[in-house]
Amino acid sequence: MTAPDLTTPRERIRSGRMRRQAERWSWMFMRFSGAILILLIFTHLFVNLITGDGVSQIDFAFVAGKWADWWWQWADFLMLVLAMLHGGNGMRLLINDYAHRKTTRTVLMGVLGVAVAVVIVLGSLVIWTFDPCPVDADPSLLPSFCATVAA
Amino acid sequence: MTATAEASTPAGEVPSFEVTLRIRRMNPEGTSEHGEGEEYWEEFKVQAHATDRVLDALHMVKWDQDGSLAFRRSCAHGVCGSDAMRINARNRLACKTLLKDLNPAKPIIIEPIKGLPVEKDLIVDMEPFFASYREIMPFLMTDGPAPERERLQSPEERQRFDDTTKCIMCAACTTSCPVFWTDGQYFGPQAIVGAHRFIFDSRDEGQWERLEILNDKAGVWKCRTAFNCTEACPRGIEVTKAISEVKKVLNTGEI
Repeated sequence: MTAPDLTTPRERIRSGRMRRQAERWSWMFMRFSGAILILLIFTHLFVNLITGDGVSQIDFAFVAGKWADWWWQWADFLMLVLAMLHGGNGMRLLINDYAHRKTTRTVLMGVLGVAVAVVIVLGSLVIWTFDPCPVDADPSLLPSFCATVAA
Repeated sequence: MTATAEASTPAGEVPSFEVTLRIRRMNPEGTSEHGEGEEYWEEFKVQAHATDRVLDALHMVKWDQDGSLAFRRSCAHGVCGSDAMRINARNRLACKTLLKDLNPAKPIIIEPIKGLPVEKDLIVDMEPFFASYREIMPFLMTDGPAPERERLQSPEERQRFDDTTKCIMCAACTTSCPVFWTDGQYFGPQAIVGAHRFIFDSRDEGQWERLEILNDKAGVWKCRTAFNCTEACPRGIEVTKAISEVKKVLNTGEI
């Protein structure tokens, strides 16, 4: 009678020491970006929901008003980039923990990378190219203040 | 002498009670009811006293009911670290856990520690655990000729790593770590505790070699500060704190 093969352990795959400090920087980034994100997100929530008329003030004009200010453009851009990198790095750690097959890992990492890149590119595009009153647009689709701006 | 029907226990007698043990079993050779390597639950009832530990109950089962029950134990007094097991979903030493502290009204659930391959019943293959420990080089490393006399150390210098010298290598911390369960590469808390003991030892000179190993992808950065290890340690070592101290050294470059 032979004993059955033991299921675990998986073979210990050493990462090699090619990118020696990579995990340390990843860890540091998570701490710093986390602290900055807490500040940014609570400022965002406070300004949008508590100051002024609260939640009812949020409409197209409110967003347009905020993004007319370079400070809010930068704040929102920073929040977008940090949130995506922070979340993306967290997901990378989870994939490292749970995906053991090489193909699964490659596919998941690819999907994650593409998702992060697409959201950052589209988001930045909106923040930096936002124009509430495009020149050739149908006037019925534009907010009311555009008439005064154009005049 | 006539026996009297007395309901209450006489003074000085330790109260006894019946307790059910629900044990996770596995026999690699199979039994008449269970196949080779099949994992299953089996319940045993034993009459125990308030002074009995889980290990005593396991002995009662093995000696009087089912001799095939397999578990490790050596000193039976919380020193050798052989009988770490998962009791009521927490890693503990069977020899340091009193039955009366576990709510004996309900079945007491006993499983092998998680994350290591089960060999039989409550016995697991500790080799991956020891392999991690070996990798951090748990021995004194020095440069230059050996001194004529002892390598001296002040009480303060000794205090620096006193906590991590208490480790008995029972694997309760490493096998309570959720990253260790899923990851398959992480050194685990115990190896980092073992490294901590030498990194912060003023007599040792191999700190940076060990730190280099722990700076690896499978090293300290895998720790998510879940604190399971600190909770599991039967010696009360502040494991998560030790891991954080190693992280701090790697971040600041100062020991």
